[in-house]
Order: sequence, then structure tokens, then C-alpha cells
Amino acid sequence: MYDIEKIYDAVSLDDAIRARVEDPEAVIIAGGSDVLIKIREGKLAGCRLIGIRAIKELEGISMDGDGCIHIRPLTTFSHITFHPLIREHLPVLGYAVDQVGGPQIRNIGTIGGNVCNGVTSADSASTLFAYNAVLELTGPDGKRTLPIAEFYTGPGHVGLGPAELLTDIMIAKKDYDGFGGHYIKYAQRNAMDIATLGCSAICRLNASKNTIEDLRLAFGVAGPIPMRCHKAEEAARGQLISPQLLEQIALTAESEVNPRTSWRASREFRLQLVRELSQRACKQAIIHAGGADL
Amino acid sequence: MAIGKSMNRVDAYEKVTGQAQYTDDFFEGEMLTAKVLHSTIANGWVKKIDTSEAEKLPGVVKIVTCFDVPDIQFPTPGHPWSTEEAHQDVSDRKLLNQRVRLYGDDIAAVVALDSVAASRALKAIRVEYEEYLPLLSPEEAMAEGAPLMHEEYPGNILKHHTLIEGDYEKAASEDGLLFVEGDFQTQIVQHCHIEPPISYAYMKKDRITVVSSTQIPHIVRRVVGQALGIPWGHIRVIKPYIGGGFGNKQEVLYEPLNAFLSMQVGGRCVKLELTREETFICTRTRHAISFHETTGVRPDGRLVARRVKIVSNQGGYASHGHAIAANAANEFRHLYQADGALEVDVSTVYTSMASAGAMRAYGIPQAAFALESHMDDIALRLGMDPIELRKKNMMKLGYVDPGTGIACYSSGLEECIDRGMAYIHWAEKRKQYQNQTGPIRRGVGMSIFSYKTGVYPISLETASCRMVLNQDGTMQLQMGATEIGQGADTVFTQMAADSVGFLPENVHIVSFQDTDVTPFDTGAYASRQTYVSGMALKKTAGIFRERILDYASYMLQKPADSMDIRDSWIVCRETGEQLLGMDALAMESFYSLDNSVHITAEATNHCKSNTFAFGACFAEIEVDIPLGKIKVLDIINIHDSGVLINPKLAEAQVHGGMSMGLGYALGEQLLYDKKGKPLNNNFLDYKLQTSLDTPELHVDFVQTVDPSAPFGNKALGEPPAIPVAPAIRNALLHATGVAVNSLPLNPQKLVEAFTENGLLNGGALHV
Amino acid sequence: MTKIIHCTVNGQETEVAIDIRESLADMLRQRLHLTSVKKGCEVGECGACTVLVDGEAIDSCIYLADWADGKHILTVEGLRGPNGELSPIQQAFIEEAAVQCGFCTPGIIMSAVEIVGSGKQYTRDEIRKLISGHLCRCTGYQNILNAVERAVNEAYQFLQQGEP
Repeated sequence: MYDIEKIYDAVSLDDAIRARVEDPEAVIIAGGSDVLIKIREGKLAGCRLIGIRAIKELEGISMDGDGCIHIRPLTTFSHITFHPLIREHLPVLGYAVDQVGGPQIRNIGTIGGNVCNGVTSADSASTLFAYNAVLELTGPDGKRTLPIAEFYTGPGHVGLGPAELLTDIMIAKKDYDGFGGHYIKYAQRNAMDIATLGCSAICRLNASKNTIEDLRLAFGVAGPIPMRCHKAEEAARGQLISPQLLEQIALTAESEVNPRTSWRASREFRLQLVRELSQRACKQAIIHAGGADL
Repeated sequence: MAIGKSMNRVDAYEKVTGQAQYTDDFFEGEMLTAKVLHSTIANGWVKKIDTSEAEKLPGVVKIVTCFDVPDIQFPTPGHPWSTEEAHQDVSDRKLLNQRVRLYGDDIAAVVALDSVAASRALKAIRVEYEEYLPLLSPEEAMAEGAPLMHEEYPGNILKHHTLIEGDYEKAASEDGLLFVEGDFQTQIVQHCHIEPPISYAYMKKDRITVVSSTQIPHIVRRVVGQALGIPWGHIRVIKPYIGGGFGNKQEVLYEPLNAFLSMQVGGRCVKLELTREETFICTRTRHAISFHETTGVRPDGRLVARRVKIVSNQGGYASHGHAIAANAANEFRHLYQADGALEVDVSTVYTSMASAGAMRAYGIPQAAFALESHMDDIALRLGMDPIELRKKNMMKLGYVDPGTGIACYSSGLEECIDRGMAYIHWAEKRKQYQNQTGPIRRGVGMSIFSYKTGVYPISLETASCRMVLNQDGTMQLQMGATEIGQGADTVFTQMAADSVGFLPENVHIVSFQDTDVTPFDTGAYASRQTYVSGMALKKTAGIFRERILDYASYMLQKPADSMDIRDSWIVCRETGEQLLGMDALAMESFYSLDNSVHITAEATNHCKSNTFAFGACFAEIEVDIPLGKIKVLDIINIHDSGVLINPKLAEAQVHGGMSMGLGYALGEQLLYDKKGKPLNNNFLDYKLQTSLDTPELHVDFVQTVDPSAPFGNKALGEPPAIPVAPAIRNALLHATGVAVNSLPLNPQKLVEAFTENGLLNGGALHV
Repeated sequence: MTKIIHCTVNGQETEVAIDIRESLADMLRQRLHLTSVKKGCEVGECGACTVLVDGEAIDSCIYLADWADGKHILTVEGLRGPNGELSPIQQAFIEEAAVQCGFCTPGIIMSAVEIVGSGKQYTRDEIRKLISGHLCRCTGYQNILNAVERAVNEAYQFLQQGEP
């Protein structure tokens, strides 16, 4: 039994925002796979909850007239992975969230919760960074949008204003169309684990498939928050694909990241992973973008 | 014959339908919840506990602290009691302790109406400590001036002994010996049975009942009595189905405190269930043991002079104490015999970490890692095939342990090795994988072991069995031996069917033990039950048969020795002609107006023998050097466990042991911070293998017939966990030339080792 | 903090009075005595409490009972046929010796129900992944995989035969 003082089940987005305005201390709960664990640990024991699971408008995946893909925050990982739009246009994201925990967790865990936790190890984060995801936040004063890179403000901290909720995750057509990519979750186990390092690479090649037109290289756990390696991306743009280029990307990425030593893994080990995984992820991304296997 | 057949488990139906009841599945009306307050320091004293705020909280029924418990120290290991004081287990803990000896020590307990109230009360209790330096290794604990964990043990040394065969100095002085040295270190791991320890206790009149998830109900009864200072007959222990034990429940854990708490609330029913986090740090672990080996070997591979120093990290409380390090030392004596001398110096040292206790194979996985890794190092130095080296020195049929007299009555070890070599294509692959380059490399490795069956003559081995003829001609079989998932009830059913002459479906085994009615047995440990309790069963069956045949003789007016029991029929011994159905015999025996006899039998067997089981593991691995990952491509365990009572269940036992061995080899480890606080006491951070981390597990058996055993059988339950880690370590050595001498072989450690050895970036990481 | 919820449990419409602080595992065990639902970690790591909610396997320890309102819940107790006959999955677990201590068994069987119910055929590696949300310390997963694989194949063949 959980030490919960009270649960309010919001019936609509407006209702949830209103409840949050009335009780700014209350904790939003979606899938529950993080919040309930924090309650049990004692970190959130005795809290008041606002449940948002029943808000249907916050669930589902769609494409608008401009080809922008909208992923609503309550969509579970397994629903993302198996959704036709994701499979066709954002396969790297579908694959990445299929690495979260295990099947039962993926059946309840939501992408909104994954993002709003603000943790660097979130399996969805590096790929959303790579796809230049834009978040829609809704609060008492209406809606605003924010690039995901600006949403993450520090370990466990995100740019949600008072009484604001994440209401949409948007990926524009220009950010996925023609790209191929790959995500590598490096963990000690192949399931039920958190990433020691997560590396997501997506790229677009020229018509003859021998030159990188655009590369997006993003990491989780390579710093306090998920991050892109812009210098490495810049170094790759317009370059002929070669093993030397992959090495160049890896070394540039290494100079941009800032992993820490924790009991889970040392900084040195994580740097070794950054070097190795950036090459492996890019290599696979190139193949998925139509290039040759190096 | 039922023995040797792969019959389905007798408890499988209940377990796949959810009908099987475990301790938490009983509802006794009001059940209060107990939770334990654990210390937040690793070493020191509780100076003061303020419970006043906690007591005011709604739902709190009772709070007791370390200042309120009886001043009685008691032992906890699941050993048979010894009537000689010198051989009794170490009594070094109280129900709750003022002297804090590990992070998470038990210092107070709350009884409340529900778990939320209990948790809130725990939070509201204020504790003042006097804190000492945490002792996080045997070296720190033995250092000059280190605080004593237990006043009675100077230098924090629980026990030290030396095992000596021959004169080492003399043997070592032989000309032409090559000396190989090595340091090996194993880590702390935990059993990780999926059901956490749980019990509940209540009183009726002046007797207390404890229902518990335990491997050792009769020992729990004794220890509850000792800890509470109450007569043992006043205690009743019931053991329902249990969700795994692996040695952690061969220990009296929280049953005494649970009983005490019930007594503190007037005998009301109190349930005490540990969380997973508590299970990791407050129950038992596998000892981390360090080994230093020096071996003088002739150029032809014959071992001559062997010296080993073993230091075992006991943690805060003695539990099984020195017995585990001593068992580890014995493996050096048993598996190989030197043509000269062996000297093993063994110490068990208290530290301020989780208390180590029994865990599947009792010290031998640690010894095997050190010994079998060292053997490959020696072979490498000699330029000899590691298998040739082993065969030259390993235990042979007829070997007698000079210390205990345990003899090798049967050995399939050589054939186990030969089958493993053939399976893995040893010769080809050893050659093929030499001198590889590149980031991905492959290797094959192997290791062997020997393992005793039961604890004779170190401890008493005794067991009882009861058979009762039912009115329909079926039998009720009652064993003191316990089913803990290994399949004991099924193999006892098979043994009983064959020993009496019944169809297996006519044997109804009583799975639950209840110390008020269950015959005595010390329980499930030491891979002893099929051997020791099997002997009791066989003896009981002899008496039971005789009584049935006597009654048949009365009914049929034929001499009893002219008849036999087969397939639940009385038959003519010579012709096999069916003379009388067991149902008819039973009905008459119950309701005869002339001669009503309730046919039962019960016997105790005091087992005074032991025997060696053997086996080998062969593994082929692929090493991803830049990522520090080992992928097991192929693995096989081959066992000589004597005659298999149930081959399919035997194979399943081996699967489980191999999986535990893989976790031991590759990832499992309980970690501590500098203050002695555990870092990863949960299933997310403790890397228990998932299905995606486990390769296909291959198993083979060499079935010897052991003449000392009741059915030709030998130890099986524990051995599969032994040889896996050294086989993988040796495969890693073969693949990369890098000898990693500590467990686990986890990625960061491997990347560091590869870097050090120049396999990565010319020896330097970019930092 | 009692609340009445309505859900369908193992095919039966059920009205349950819950404490809103309860997990679904608590509710199924304590209120309905469906004790096949086991608790091994209480944080969604071991999978012993797995049940199906509207056909999807979830860890009922980290799912509030309150959320079950209006849902269809299936536990192992709901698998047997009207005359007590075992489901093919249960039968496969028995015959493949996939059961040892039995504590993880009901949870894995429920994941198998979801897997088999998809009507698809899976490779052994795919099955490994589909049951990777369950920890088992007894079996090394070997016989569990054998049992699930067998049940998957049996169901698939049955469906193939059913098509014209």
C-alpha cells in the first residue's frame, strides 16, 4: 500500500490544470512507473496526486497536414513502438523506447513521463534530441512551445512552469524526412536496466549515398542532461563517408561530452563508450539512410 | 520403475494454477504488520532511541527497541545442533542489537495496523549513535587498532586454521619445479530468491506458531526457542511452499523476532515481510573470499608443492561462520592431489558488511574460481593443454580424504571432461582461436569441480520419514525434508513408489512441514536430501512393505516372503501373478472385524557416509573488446551426480545453477560506499540475469552408480553453480590473453584490463 | 479512503471496495484472494505480479487499484476452462518442467497469455525479449522459453489450420 494522502483524477486537460493551480504541491501521475516508486522509497511519501490517465486528448499519435508528427504524452512506450506512423517515419524512436525496462513497463510507462522526469538516462531523450522534437506545454495562460533541448534544465529538472503540463511532442517533417538512424542503449544487461550510455544518431545522405548531408548525434548519460554533439555533427556535414570520418566524429564527440564518475560507471569508461558507440551508431545510421556498410 | 523417469512435478499443477500457497497467501483474520528499523551507520553503538513521536501516530500498536529485548545471544545457521558445546554454532546476535555491526542492522521494530502506519512510525523514530570506522574488508578489520566487532574475537578473526598435507618446504625444494603464483578475489553476491523472506506468528494459549518461508523448519523451531528462552516444544513452525531459498533460507532470519513481536502484543497475529532492499542487506550473502596461491609444478604438469592462503569476509555476524571458508579449503585438497604437499591457511574475518552465510555450493564456487583459474595460468606457463594438466592431477576413484575419511566411491569426472571436449570441439577451437587480432575475439575455456553430498562427518546427518496407508490403498508420504523448488517432493514420490512397489500416482506426498506433526529432518541444504533423506525413505519403505506383506499374508494365507508388491498390487513373487489389489488390502486392514491394523511406518536414518559428485563446464565466448562485453556463444555443464532420479528435473536444476554461475561470472555484485552503505540493493542496480542475458543452456550427465547411496545418486542441487565462472574466465584468457582474476567480469573492469594490457588504444584511454 | 470500483476480473463483473492507496496487486491479493499474483520487489523489476489489464501485461505492484475501474483484469486463476481443465500454456509449463519454486510462474504465464494471444509466431530470441520483464532464479529461463515457444507454436498452428 502506498503512502498517498489523496488522489484527484482529472477528467480533462483544463481540469488537470485547474487542480494543479489549486494545489501546486500536488504531483502529476501518468503511468506511475516512476512516481509510485518514489512514493515507496519515501521521497514522495504522503503526497497528493493528480491523476491524468483518463484524459484521452493527451493520448495517441497523429500526423498533421504539414507532415508534423504529434506524439501525445500519455502514449505508452509499447504503443509508440508498434504505431504505423512511428514505424514508417520515426523508427529510431520506436526502437529506442523499446529498450526501456521490460515489456510490462513499456505497457504502462509513458513518453511524457519519461521526458518530464528530466533524467539524462531516459531512453527516449537522446532520440528526441536527434529529431529536434518540440514540446507543447499548456498552462493556465495557454499554450507555448519549446525545443526539447531547452526543456531539460538540469538533472531531474525541466522547464515546466507552475501548473503547466506537457501536452504534445512534435517532430517536423524536415527533421525526419529522408533520415536514417540508429539508437544504442549501452547497459550491463540487455533488459530491465538503465543506460550506462545512450547514443542516438540520425543522418541524411546525398543522392549517391556516399556523403553525409546532415548528421544529428545525441547522447544520454554523457552529461547531466541529454545532449547533442553539434561540433561532431558539423564535422560530418558534407563529408565523404569513410572509417576515418567515423573516427573524427567520435573524437569530436568525445571533446564535447562531460560524463561523470558514479558508482555505476567511471567517467573514463563512459568516454570509451562515447568513442565507440558514436562510431557504431553512425555506421548503422548510414546503412539505414541508404549508405554502404563500412 | 518410477526412478529414472522424467515424471512431471507433483506440485506443478498447483503452481501453474495459482493454488500453491506460499506464506503470504494465508489470511488469518487480523494480521498486524511488523517492520524493522535498521541502522543507518555500519559500525557503532545505539546510544539512545526516542520512540515518543512514533508512538503517537495512528495505527501504531507497539514499538520495541534494542533496549527492550531479552539479553540472549543466539546462533542463526541451519546446522544440526551439537550437544558438545565446542562444536556449537557461534551465538553472536540478539533479537535487536545495540551494538551496530552493519549498515541495516536491526535496532528496533514497529507493529502496526498496516504497512503505511508502520513505515510512518519507522520514519518518526529518532536514533542517536556512537559511530566507529566502518570495516569494509578483512584487511581493514585485521589492522592494528581496528574496532572489535565482537569483543570475544581479537583482531576480528572469527576463526583461523591450517590444513596441512605433507611438508611444503620439503616438497618445494625439489629441483626443477616451476612456481606459479596468483591472487584471486570473489565478490559479494546475494541469493535473489524471488520470494522475499516472510513469516507470521501468533499464539494460542501458551504456544506460539510461526509460519515461515524457510528451508529448515525444525531448526527454526529450535532457534526460536533459544532466542526467546522458551521451551522448544512450545513452538510450532509451519513451512508452506517457498519461493526459492538457495541457502539464504537455510538460516533462521526474522522468525525469532517475529515470534517475539507477537508475544509483545498478546499473541496477536503479526506478519513480518522483508522488502527486496532489506533482503539484500539484512539477510545473508555469499562470502567474498580472497585467495593467494603458490604452486610448484614439474615440467610434466605434476603438481608438487601447493600453498594457499584464504581470507573470507564474514560481515557483521557469524552465521555459518568459518564452515564456509573451511569447505572452500577442502576443495583444494579434494579436486587435485599433489605429489608432495598442500598447505592451506584459512581465516574468516568479521567486517561491518552484510553477514555472509550459506549460498548454493557453500564456499566451493569461490574456491573453484581461484583454483580453476590458477590451473589455466599454470597450463599457460607450462605450454600445456589445461585439460591435460587437470587430468594428470585430479581426484581418482578410491581417493580417501585423509582428514575426514570421505572416499571417492564412484567417479565420472574423466568422462564428463571428455564429453565436454567433444561437445565444444575443444582441440579445434583452442587452436583456431590462437593469435587473434581485432576488436572482437573468441575463446573457449573450461573448469571442473568435486562436491560432497551432505555434511557427514563434519556435522550430524539424520533424517526421518513416515508412510501411512490410506483406506483406498494409496499412501501418505511425510518427509521432514523440504521442497524448496528443487523438486524434492517429486523425487521422493518416485523413490517411495519404487521402494514400496506402488504406482507413483498412489503416493501422496505432504508438501508442507509442520513441526507438530512432521518427522524430524534438518532440511534442504548441502545437496543432502536425495542422499540422506532418501536413505530414511528407503529404510521406512522396507518396514512399510513388510507390514503390508504381513497383512497380505494374513488375508491370503500365504507366506509373506512368497509375495511382492508391484504397481500397487500384491503379486506372487515368482510368477508376478496379481493376487490382491492394494485398495482391497487397505479396506480390509481398516475395517476388518477380526484384525484391524492401521498400517504405518516411520524410521530415522542416521547417515554415516558421504560421497563425491563431479562435473565440468565448457564455454565458448565472444569478447567485444572496446565495449568490455562478453557474449556466451555456447555453454555446457556435464555432471556426474550418480543415478538421476528424474532426468528432466535434474536438467532443470543444472539450468538454474548455470544461470546463477553466469550471473556470478559476468555481473552480479553487491556494492558499498565508503561509509559501508550498500549502493545497489535492488533488482535494477544488482544485475541479476534476465532472459535476454542468458544463452541457451546445455546439459549432459554421466550417470555413475554410487554404491554408498540409497539409489546410486549423488549431490545435484548445488554443483551446477560451481564451474561456470572459472570456465568463462579461462575462455576470456584464451580469447584475449588477459587474465582477469576477480569477479565479476563486468564491462568496466574488462575495459580497464584491456587498456592496461595494451588491447585498447595502445594502452591509454583518452581522458 | 475507501472507494468502490467496478471491473471485470477473470470474466466476472466485480464490485470492490478499495483503499485508494492500494496497488492492483494489493487489491487482487487482499480483497479478492487471487494469490497467484505474487510480490517479489514491489517496484516493477521482477514481474512476479504480472496480470493482464485489457489484454496487456502490466506489473500490478506499480498500478493503482483505482485505475482498474472499468477494466478487464485477468490473472492465472482465470485461465482454466469451465471444468477446471488447464490452458495449453499451463500444460506446456508442466510438461516442459518450466516450474521450479513456482513463485515467478503465474506472472510469466500471464505474459505468455499475451504473447500467445497475439496469434503470431515468434523466434526464440523474440520470445526471450517478450519475457525479459520477469526475473527467475531457478530455471535459467531455459525451460520457460521451451514452454512459451511450444505454446506459441501450438496456437499458431491451430490458427493456421482454422483458416480456409
